[in-house]
Amino acid sequence: MEKPTTIASIIAAHRDQPGALLPVLHEIQHLVGYIPPDSVPLIAKEFNLSRAEVHGTISYYAHFRQTPPAGHVVRVCCAEACQAVGGEALAEHARTRLAGSDVTLEPVYCLGLCACGPSVQVDETTLHAQVTPEKFDALIAALEAAP
Amino acid sequence: MSATIYVPGDAAALALGADAVAAAIVKEAARRGIAIKLVRNGSRGMVWLEPLVEVATPQGRIAYGPIAPADVPGLFAAGFVAGGSHARCLGPTEQIPWLARQQRLACRRIGIVDPRSLADYVALGGGEGLRRARTMAPAEIVRAVTDSGLRGRGGAAFPAGIKWQTVLATPAAQKYIVCNADEGDSGTFSDRMLMEGDPFQLLEGMAIAGLAVGASQGYIYVRSEYPHAVAALNAALAVAGDYLGDFRIEVRMGAGSYVCGEETAMLESIEGKRGIVRAKPPLPAIAGLFGQPTVINNLITFASVPDILAQGAAAYRDLGTGRSRGTLPFQLAGNIKYGGLVEVPFGLSLRELLYDFGGGSRSGRPLRAVQVGGPLGAYLPESQFDTVLDYEAFAAIGAGLGHGGIVAFDDSVDLAKQARYAMKFCAIESCGKCTPCRIGSTRGVEVIDRIRAGDTEQMELLQDLCDTMVHGSLCAMGSMTPIPVMSALRHFPEDFGGMRK
Repeated sequence: MEKPTTIASIIAAHRDQPGALLPVLHEIQHLVGYIPPDSVPLIAKEFNLSRAEVHGTISYYAHFRQTPPAGHVVRVCCAEACQAVGGEALAEHARTRLAGSDVTLEPVYCLGLCACGPSVQVDETTLHAQVTPEKFDALIAALEAAP
Repeated sequence: MSATIYVPGDAAALALGADAVAAAIVKEAARRGIAIKLVRNGSRGMVWLEPLVEVATPQGRIAYGPIAPADVPGLFAAGFVAGGSHARCLGPTEQIPWLARQQRLACRRIGIVDPRSLADYVALGGGEGLRRARTMAPAEIVRAVTDSGLRGRGGAAFPAGIKWQTVLATPAAQKYIVCNADEGDSGTFSDRMLMEGDPFQLLEGMAIAGLAVGASQGYIYVRSEYPHAVAALNAALAVAGDYLGDFRIEVRMGAGSYVCGEETAMLESIEGKRGIVRAKPPLPAIAGLFGQPTVINNLITFASVPDILAQGAAAYRDLGTGRSRGTLPFQLAGNIKYGGLVEVPFGLSLRELLYDFGGGSRSGRPLRAVQVGGPLGAYLPESQFDTVLDYEAFAAIGAGLGHGGIVAFDDSVDLAKQARYAMKFCAIESCGKCTPCRIGSTRGVEVIDRIRAGDTEQMELLQDLCDTMVHGSLCAMGSMTPIPVMSALRHFPEDFGGMRK
């Protein structure tokens, strides 16, 4: 089956799926990088929801964006297992390093890489473990060199 | 004849560079004209040895690790394709003491099989539990699970068989099986490793649950922080074919909400709503997903079921201690030298896990505190390290095993800071439905800040606030956040009150 290539076709493809809202939102964000505000009434109409219900769901979940991210998204784990091995110092270093950069920095609460922290996720699929400030700078330099 | 080489595709191995190692192996093999078959297996769980490369030999699999891409030409030069000796050679994988001392049931095939291969799964005994279940009446399956003593592995430790019996006894045209794979606790990764390393085991356990209670549809709710696990499950489902019979499974991805690991918030999320906790009753077993009777269990609970059916309830029940029967995959995490996945029967002491398996801290400094059971688990001091790993023994000291995650901290930890973080995390992740959790967590951060600034009279207020959260919250998020807070205060009072130097 072809992957839907427009927001309208994503919505249509999930028409008969029970509880389809999260899968629809994930696919839209995967396609365009965020959930555009003008997709909200389209979703609401198809699934017989109020716009407030759709907006409320989007804004409830930290994963969903309502505006396009600037550049790459770098997530630094701020949960306990990474705290135990210098995660807070790394997060602080990342804030300083990325001030004014067009890389988006976000906290994440656990990537399930708890025996090899501190861990960092880049653009949702690339993972880095045992990240020191030096290693962080190297991976940011690589990102900035290849935007 | 080509040599089979294993390079894990597990997320932790990837984070430590496994893809680059795999690419280097393929390149070097081509350069030397050696035919190889590369398998991207799960991780054996010895995270400090990742990327752990294995090669199949007539004497069994030989392990090399940790391997960097730069080591690869040297490995080939040393004849590792035939199991040749090398500075990084660890000998036969199965004989590595850390692994040999475990007793793996739920995790028995992780790291061994190709997670995309149904044939691998079946060749190593997979499917036997489901085959047996198909010859049994639903009530017999439920009785086997009840007799095994299996308790929910997500943290609440409720007897699985009783939950299944409730769903079986509730008539409905449509029932559901929901697997909670929203593994949000810091320090836990067994669900992730199983999804990435042996997904068919989970699918089998869920299909057995479907037969037991009369449900034809299952959902696996996986957190969005686990994209590799989602991909592995979907790949397994794509090749599962007739293996699951007419039981259907859909993978649903969460969206960064910790509280969606609470079972009723998870149901709301699957239904397409905000992940807001429901009041109970009704129990989900009576009126759960889309209002229908629903079995909700943690992933490890489902993954434990095939073995119970295949080997018999007694074999499972014979393992463990007290009322904690069978095995639990513990996860050693944080500041620990040899971290990873340790599946053993209940009954070892925490100290044995931390030192005999974990080897003490990674930093080399003394271990000062250990948080067991995720962000809602207690901080334990060294004086409690001899506590036996058993649900009741942990309850007796005001702690819990949770999902088996163990996060170690060395003596640089500030427990007042950790207590503040527990409240802060609750404030960030609270669903907002009940007041003690929504407001109490924010007030908790403020009170701890005042205590840390030296106002020790606020300690009584913190105690009162925690009492309110424990007794007034709707779910475990608000009612258990006081556990890390108060255990930190009780066991490490010297860290509070601005007296710590």
